[in-house]
Amino acid sequence: MNLEKVVFGFFIILAMTLNFGFVLGDLDNPAHHHVYELFFAIIVNLIATVLKFGERTQIGAIHLASSLVADLGLLAAAWVWVMAVHIEGTGLTPDVTASIVSLSAGALAANILSVIMLLVETVMFRR
Amino acid sequence: MHNTLFMILRRMRAPLIFLIVSYAISILGMAQIPGIDAEGKAAPPMGFFHAFYVVSYTATTIGFGELPGTFSEAQRAWITFVIYMTVIVWLYSIGSILALLQDPALLRAARANRFAAKVKRLRQPFYLIAGCGETGTLLMHALDSRNQQAVVLDIDPERVGALELGEYHLDIPALSADASLPESLLTAGLSHYYCAGVIALTNDDRANLSVAVTTKLLRPELPALCRADSLETAANMASFGTDEVVVAFEVFGEHLAMAVNTPGHHLLYEWLTSVPGDPLALPLEPPRGKWVLCGFGRFGKAIAHHLKRAGIELVVVEATPEKTGCDNCIEGSGTEARTLMEAGIDQAVGIVAGTDDDINNLSIAMTARELNPDLFIVLRQNRHANAPLFERFQANVTMQPSSIVAHEFLSLLTTPLLSHFLDEIRARDDEWVDMLLSRIAAVVDNSVPEVWDLEISGFHTEAIWEAMRDGTPVPLHTLLRNPVDRTEDLPCIPLLLRRDDTTMLLPRPETLLQLGDQLLFCGQRRGLNQQALGLYNFNVLSYLLTGMDAPGGLIWRSLEKWFKRSPASSERLGS
Repeated sequence: MNLEKVVFGFFIILAMTLNFGFVLGDLDNPAHHHVYELFFAIIVNLIATVLKFGERTQIGAIHLASSLVADLGLLAAAWVWVMAVHIEGTGLTPDVTASIVSLSAGALAANILSVIMLLVETVMFRR
Repeated sequence: MHNTLFMILRRMRAPLIFLIVSYAISILGMAQIPGIDAEGKAAPPMGFFHAFYVVSYTATTIGFGELPGTFSEAQRAWITFVIYMTVIVWLYSIGSILALLQDPALLRAARANRFAAKVKRLRQPFYLIAGCGETGTLLMHALDSRNQQAVVLDIDPERVGALELGEYHLDIPALSADASLPESLLTAGLSHYYCAGVIALTNDDRANLSVAVTTKLLRPELPALCRADSLETAANMASFGTDEVVVAFEVFGEHLAMAVNTPGHHLLYEWLTSVPGDPLALPLEPPRGKWVLCGFGRFGKAIAHHLKRAGIELVVVEATPEKTGCDNCIEGSGTEARTLMEAGIDQAVGIVAGTDDDINNLSIAMTARELNPDLFIVLRQNRHANAPLFERFQANVTMQPSSIVAHEFLSLLTTPLLSHFLDEIRARDDEWVDMLLSRIAAVVDNSVPEVWDLEISGFHTEAIWEAMRDGTPVPLHTLLRNPVDRTEDLPCIPLLLRRDDTTMLLPRPETLLQLGDQLLFCGQRRGLNQQALGLYNFNVLSYLLTGMDAPGGLIWRSLEKWFKRSPASSERLGS
C-alpha cells in the first residue's frame, strides 16, 4: 500500500462527496444548501488540484484539467453567493440559489470524472 | 520548457497545500466566532466573504486593522492565532519558491531547455562541435568569421561560460554536457534538419570515439570529423566510416616535412586555412641537411616517419630506446650537452625537441642553441599553461596540437573544394606555387584571405542563370570585376573550377561559365561582398557584361529586345 495513493484517492473522493452533498436537495431552496458545505468543497477541491500538480502522464494531465474545471465551477458558485449576499444585498432568492447550485453541479460532473479516472487508473495498474 | 514547469509544480505542492489548509482553518474560525456591533452588543459571526477578506489582508501582513467593524475579544484572540499561523506559512511558501528558483537542478534544466529551444530555432546549416577547449575555440572563431553557425557542447561549465564572454558575431548556443552521451548530442541538434556535420574535439579519445559512433549510427549521412591522439583510436574511428580523423602528431610531422621540402606549398596551405583577417604567416624555410630528433614517442615517430620519407638525414636521441622500440639511436634524454654532441649537433641544421615534458623540451632547445646558435629549432609544447615560456624562447616552430588540429579541420570545413584544391597543388612544382603566392599576397593586403565557393545554378546565382537562359555567354571575368566600376578588378583570385569530374586550377578569366560549375575563390572580404552583387541582381550583371545599365522594367526590356533585332545593337551587346 502506498500512502501517497491513499492521500490522493482520499482527497479526490472527498472532493466529490462534499460537492455532491452540497448539490443534493431542491434546486432553488436555500435551506437545502448550506454555505459551509460549499466552503469545504472549495477547500478540498483546491487541495486535490495541488496534489495533481506535476504529473507527467496523459491521465495525470486529464486529472489536473478536470480538477481545474471543478475549481472554476465552485469558485464561480462562491462568487455568485458573495454577489447576492454581500454586494447586491438581494439575499439567497430561489433563482440565485438555483444558479449557485447548478454551477456546483457542473463542478460535480468534473469531480465524478476525476473519480472515474482514478478507478480506471487503478484497474489498469492492478493485474 | 515543460520539464521545468512540471518540476516547479511538483515542488510547489507542499507549500501550496499548507497555504490552503491554513487559510481554510483561519476562515472557518472567523466564520464561527461571534462579533460585536457598533454599540458593543453581541452580534452573529461574520460571513465567509468577510472572513476571507480579513484573513487575506492578515495573512499577507498587509494588516488594514479591524475591518469591516470593531472585533470582539474572541475574534481578536483568533486573529492573533491566525497572524502567527498564516504569516509563517506564507514565509515558508515564498521561501520555497525563492529556493526553487535558485535550485541548481532547476537552473540546469532551464539552461538545457533554453539551449534546446535555441538549437531548434536554427534555420541555417550548423556544425555540432563537441569540446571547446583550445582547438574548439580556434575553430569557432574561424567558423564565426566565415559566418558559419556552430553549436557547442563541453563537459566543463567554465569553458562554456568563457564562450559566452567570447566575442562572436553569431549567437552560438552552448551547453555544458557530456558529449559522449547520445542524449546530449541529440539535444544539441544531431537529428536537426540543418545539422551539417559533427566535429569531435574533446581531449579524451574515448569521448571522441563515442561521438563518432553515435553520429554514424544515428545520422550515417552526416560527416563526422574527429580528433584522435593515438593511431589506434584513429584506426578504430576510420573502421566504421568516420569521414575525417585528424591525429595532431601525424599532421604536424607531415607539415614539417612539407615545410622542409616544399616551403611554398606549406605557406600556401597556412594562408588558406588560417582565420581570415589574421596577419599572414611568414615563410618558415627550414633548412635541408642533418636533423636531430629528441624523443621517440608518438610525436617523434610521426616526425621521423615523415622526415625520412622526405629524404632527410635524421639522428634520433631517446632516453629509453628499449621501451619505445627505437633501434640504432643515441641513448640519453638530450638535455645534456654530451648526448647532443654525440648526436652531432655541431654539423646539424635543425633540432626537434619532441619529448612529452615541456621543461625537458625547453632545456634541450636551450642547450642545443648554445652549442650551435644557427640551429633551426622545432619545439613541442604539451601544456598550454607553459605558453609564456615558449613565447619567450622563440623557437622557429612551436608545435601546439590545438592549432594544428584546428587548421586541419578548417581546411576540411570551409568548403570541400578547398581540401580538393590543397590536394591538387601537391602535384605542382615550386615555381607554380610561388607565382600563386605572390598573386595572393598582391591581392590580400597582408592579412589571411577569405576563401569561398560558388555554384552556378538557378538557386545560388539567379542573375547568371537568367543571362545563360537568354543565351548570353558569361565569362569568368564577370565575377572578378567591380560592380561599381567594371574597369576595376575585385580583390579576389579564382583558385579552382570544377565542372562535372574535371577540375581546372587557376581558371583563366576568359573561361565561359556553365550551369553546375563550382568555383573556389580567395581574396578580401570586400571582394566576396561585391562579387555577390552581380550574382543575384540582373541589372548589375548586365552592367558587368556590357558596361551599360540594362533597362529594368518590362516595357523597356521588350523595347530593348525589339531593338536587338537590328544587327548594330546585337554587336554592341557583344553577344
